[in-house]
Amino acid sequence: MTAAMHARSTADVTPIVEVRAISKRFTRKPDLAERIAGALGARVDLRTVHAVDDVDLAILPGEVVGLVGESGCGKSTLGRMIAGILPKSGGEFFHEGVESAAWTPLQRHAAVLAVQMIFQDPMSSLNPRKKVRDIIGEAAVVHGMTSRAAQGDYVADLMRKVGLDPAYMRRYPHQFSGGQRQRIGIARALAVKPRFLVCDEAVAALDVSIQAQVLNLFMDLRQEFNLTYLFISHDLGVVEHLSDRVAIMYLGRIVEMAPTEALYAAPNHPYTKALLEEVPRIGAGKRTFAPVRGEIPSPVAPPPGCHFHPRCPFAMDRCKTVRPVLRAIGSGRWSACHLNDAT
Amino acid sequence: MAEPLLSIRDLHTHFDTKAGIVKAVNGVSFDVAPGEILGLVGESGSGKSITGFSILGLIQQPGRIVGGSIRFAGEELVGAETTRLRQLRGRDIAMIFQDPMMTLNPVLRIDTQIVEAILAHENVGRAVALGRARDALAKVGIPSPEERLKAYPHQFSGGMRQRVAIAIALLHRPRLIICDEPTTALDVTIQAQIIHEMRLLCQEQGTALIWITHDLAVVDSLADRLCVMYAGRIVEQGPAGAVIAEPAHPYTRGLIDSIPSRNSRGARLKQIPGMAPSPLALPAGCPFRPRCSYADDACLNEPSSIGVGAGRDARCVHPLVARVPA
Ligand SMILES: Nc1ncnc2c1ncn2[C@@H]1O[C@H](COP(=O)(O)OP(=O)(O)OP(=O)(O)O)[C@@H](O)[C@H]1O
Ligand SMILES: Nc1ncnc2c1ncn2[C@@H]1O[C@H](COP(=O)(O)OP(=O)(O)OP(=O)(O)O)[C@@H](O)[C@H]1O
Ligand code: SF4
Ligand code: SF4
Ligand SMILES: [Mg+2]
Ligand SMILES: [Mg+2]
Repeated sequence: MTAAMHARSTADVTPIVEVRAISKRFTRKPDLAERIAGALGARVDLRTVHAVDDVDLAILPGEVVGLVGESGCGKSTLGRMIAGILPKSGGEFFHEGVESAAWTPLQRHAAVLAVQMIFQDPMSSLNPRKKVRDIIGEAAVVHGMTSRAAQGDYVADLMRKVGLDPAYMRRYPHQFSGGQRQRIGIARALAVKPRFLVCDEAVAALDVSIQAQVLNLFMDLRQEFNLTYLFISHDLGVVEHLSDRVAIMYLGRIVEMAPTEALYAAPNHPYTKALLEEVPRIGAGKRTFAPVRGEIPSPVAPPPGCHFHPRCPFAMDRCKTVRPVLRAIGSGRWSACHLNDAT
Repeated sequence: MAEPLLSIRDLHTHFDTKAGIVKAVNGVSFDVAPGEILGLVGESGSGKSITGFSILGLIQQPGRIVGGSIRFAGEELVGAETTRLRQLRGRDIAMIFQDPMMTLNPVLRIDTQIVEAILAHENVGRAVALGRARDALAKVGIPSPEERLKAYPHQFSGGMRQRVAIAIALLHRPRLIICDEPTTALDVTIQAQIIHEMRLLCQEQGTALIWITHDLAVVDSLADRLCVMYAGRIVEQGPAGAVIAEPAHPYTRGLIDSIPSRNSRGARLKQIPGMAPSPLALPAGCPFRPRCSYADDACLNEPSSIGVGAGRDARCVHPLVARVPA
């Protein structure tokens, strides 16, 4: 039984979104140093990356699921596939229980609007030449949530909901602070009456004091609109604060999934344990780290077997060749580690 | 207390812009003792980086140090000759940036870069320099340093590049290293490795560190002392543990309260109302006044720094911990 199926059968509710064995392959993008080196004639090796490798995930209505993992592990790629803005390379995608290949045009339209995405960098995701009124209201007019004539009132209402003064409706994005721009992005997403928000590092670029304002806003909106969230972050503190359930990713795969409190109290997967031990926490005082050894391996040539084995203090022979599957290890808890095989 | 290695008094660094004068650093004073790790925290734009650049003599037009003093090992750096500052930079004082590519040259092999950095301050042969380069890489935990020396920066991961930048900063056993958000772009596990290694190196060599960050949790796990900056000033300083456990300045309190923590689950976070003031239009009196819930008429006068406990002071007329009688 897969994790996704399990979530369905126990909860007895149709997940709002579900992916099964979903994958995404890219020809890798060069980073800055590689682009410079390439421009200067050096040979830069670009091969296929399995950004997301066979992932199962089911998200139930009203849930907040946190998605955590280190840079490049595939969080954004998975989030974008779930938001329907990035085509998958393989696997199945269900919206309200219907697989994407079987959608009628009406179902496709509903699926696209129901899931909206909020990005890390509010500036680059907002068109700098458009007034806030149009940034927020345009899609809503196109999709008939409001009329051109009523757009002003519709936008004013949304601006108030996210804590912006509607008097600023005719301003451009650069005339706002970082936190205010993030609110504009949130208002734009809410304008098409979504049921599900995928937030990709939505507070990462904000100062702590502004971050608190935006996190509080997400909590308020959840209550008011009964929203479901996939909350992507590398900040374990933020995820713990907000999520009901957390999925941990490592190099394209989900390695552990559990209710938030259970996960933070007793992580099962050695990678999760390492991550939790290394987050600096306020109030913990000075301490000595005993960090995990080794670098994060390249996603171009991930290690065989368990991707984590070169860094894992418990690695056994089997870990070097056999991929551990995500298995149930307790109520609502899943982990992909051979240490759980014995039982 | 031991003679401080670095002693900054009433430093003012301004930028003369079309829109007006930006007082990026507006009266900063602090000391760093040998071997001490000082955390410098504050919101974006509060003047942390400009403080670091001022120490290194790297302020460029339209910026200028307009007042105050920076004494390093007894020597005044404000107004010092450019040649003297260049001599100190890299040898006695080093800086590590958030983006290691600010230190590394993308078109040169790692060995070339490290050897050049060694020869810039020391008169040794190439073979000796190459041996030192290999040792430097090994010391920051780069596996098979002999081979890695022949690589270009793009062949390293972000964490490895930052280690190379750190290796270069450590070459001449500087007495002071200024780290400007050195781990912010790195992953948690890599960040933990680098913090761990930096601290060991400081203990071994007695190097002093200034660690600039907006992440209070990192400072709490690393620093001996803490300076909190707001609008170009240090509004609170003291031993890191004491300040975080019991902040004296309402701004520090607000910062700590707004961090999501184990206990905040399900509850609303406390938030500091409003936003950081524009450096061109600072409010009169205490610059935190429009956002402060303790503000009253007494705050209309610029608060001066007062003692609030052992080795602690705060710039607030209503500090949250008892003041020490002058
Ligand atoms: N459009 C693309 N073309 C090529 N490779 C890509 C593309 N998008 C992502 N990748 C690669 O896929 C992998 C996963 O990337 P992704 O952005 O999903 O990671 P992430 O977990 O969101 O990381 P971060 O925390 O840095 O945002 C990375 O190796 C990345 O370089
Ligand atoms: N070249 C410049 N010209 C004009 N103003 C400048 C210049 N460089 C910095 N400033 C201003 O000086 C102030 C302090 O900047 P600084 O870079 O020190 O902030 P910081 O605390 O390091 O912030 P961050 O956390 O974003 O790095 C800011 O208001 C900034 O806009
Ligand atoms: S499967 Fe093996 S290598 Fe992977 S996390 Fe478990 S013990 Fe470690
Ligand atoms: S001086 Fe007044 S306004 Fe400023 S921080 Fe203290 S109480 Fe608040
Ligand atoms: Mg991402
Ligand atoms: Mg800075």
